[in-house]
Amino acid sequence: MIELRAVSKVYPGGVTALDSVDLSIGAGEIHGIVGRSGAGKSTLIRCLTGLDPATSGEITIDGVNLGTARGAALMKARRKIGMVFQHVNLLDSRTAEKNIAHPLEVAGVPAAERKRRVDELLELVGLSDRRKNYPAQLSGGQKQRVGIARALAAEPRVLLCDEPTSALDSATTRQILSLIRSLRDRLGITVVIITHEMSVVREICDSVSLLSEGRIERSGPLLEVIQDTGSPLSKELISLPPTAHLQADATIVEALVAAEGGLADVGELFALLGRHGFSAQVAAGTIETIQGRQVGRLHFTPGDRDEAERMAAVLREAGVHAELTTAATVQREDAARQEDNEAHDGRDGQEGGAR
Amino acid sequence: MILASGEMFLDNPVFHGRLWDATAETLLMMVFTTLAVAAFGLPLGVLLHSVSPKGLTPAAPVYRVISLIVDFGRSIPFIILMIALIPFTRFVVGSALGWQATVVPLAVGAIPFFARLVQNALREVDSGKVEAVQMMGASKGHITYHVLIREALPGIVGALTVTVVTLISYTAMAGTIGGGGLGALAIDYGYRRYQSDTMVACIVLLVALVALVQWIGDTVVRKIDHR
Repeated sequence: MIELRAVSKVYPGGVTALDSVDLSIGAGEIHGIVGRSGAGKSTLIRCLTGLDPATSGEITIDGVNLGTARGAALMKARRKIGMVFQHVNLLDSRTAEKNIAHPLEVAGVPAAERKRRVDELLELVGLSDRRKNYPAQLSGGQKQRVGIARALAAEPRVLLCDEPTSALDSATTRQILSLIRSLRDRLGITVVIITHEMSVVREICDSVSLLSEGRIERSGPLLEVIQDTGSPLSKELISLPPTAHLQADATIVEALVAAEGGLADVGELFALLGRHGFSAQVAAGTIETIQGRQVGRLHFTPGDRDEAERMAAVLREAGVHAELTTAATVQREDAARQEDNEAHDGRDGQEGGAR
Repeated sequence: MILASGEMFLDNPVFHGRLWDATAETLLMMVFTTLAVAAFGLPLGVLLHSVSPKGLTPAAPVYRVISLIVDFGRSIPFIILMIALIPFTRFVVGSALGWQATVVPLAVGAIPFFARLVQNALREVDSGKVEAVQMMGASKGHITYHVLIREALPGIVGALTVTVVTLISYTAMAGTIGGGGLGALAIDYGYRRYQSDTMVACIVLLVALVALVQWIGDTVVRKIDHR
């Protein structure tokens, strides 16, 4: 449905924001694009929509080449794409229903048909009783619902979401995400979500790409990417709480339950360790259910290096990914991630302030 | 005390003959100038914004030229503009005297002023809103009218209110060279003939006029502002 071939974007002044990006997203998929601040996520979505054309390469959405489309052809191609924004970008001068009807007005849909469609969309996002409200009278989550309804108004085949939940609290985020998923299920649309929140990816994405310094570092179905145990993306997706309380030289056994042919769940892992007589402490652990499968990352602190080695061997034999590391390494990684999150929050704060 | 000489107010023939005519003249000046300012200043402001670096059709050379003309118009003190424009005024209305003649320099002076305020109001519209509507496949004309102007409308109405209030003080200045209206009355009778009561009456009416304009402006903004 969405194909990118060797897409590059070089800004005047020589900054390469995207460096030969190849990406393929199948019809009906929910694809997440993650990456740190400045990795090129925003540039990528601006290239996808032609708001900021790519310097080179091919972008095909639903058979239309957006890389080369200009003027009227680009305007027409854009009507096939629905776009959801972080700051929603509803028009304050229009009520919810008028905002939703806007793409239909642009497309020249007759008034009666417009009304029928708007009723349908309001129903779809559960805001029928709010149709006459102006954006200023709606909560953040309601605004984003209107934004989603507006994006879907012209019956696009593709929904592009740029940080759709970054300005929302966690409960509203879950509602919006489950709305997006149910819309995909009902309408069969292809969804691309750009986000810096790994929880968004865990919750609804079928596949994911990691963007780093303008390149796609890793791309694939979600479980497969998580099972690629040692990779940075896997660590980001199933990340652990900080372990600042450990001594820097403490040995840690990191175990990941996710592999095909490995243990079914974390419970089995503990049973296995018990059978072999290990009584190691769990320093940190994360257990998630992703696409109906339990995935867990755990940090054990065995008594000494020797015990750690034996423990890792037992785990590996059972098909569980296990590696030895030290508290110092883990703490360094935590600090790096923390810094990046703060950079993100700082940027969001600035954007908010500018409004 | 000016106010103590109460009997003077009713006795002064100026109050029976000239005061209401002068008020009507000032009102006519304002209405016609406002219409001209809105009709020419709004498109000029929209044009300024469109060709500006952040506009929909950036064109740096065009922007610089229009910008220069607008700033030129804004930088000439009104009293000088009024005199400099006398030949042009004669050409347009056939005379350089009376309230009709004052409308011309008033409009010429206020159009660039208002255009800049419109440009500022349009610049305040979040670029995200423009992008959202661009993503619907909308034309630049549609975006200009339905997004930029519509979203900036409360700001534009506020700008027009400010402009009209400024115009009121300019009409008084026009009185010095035979422009008519309350300003002329205040100068002819209040200043040249030492009629303090006429002066007070003119001031009260001008203040009331400003308050009325501001109230109308605020009311309209309240009606159309949904932010």
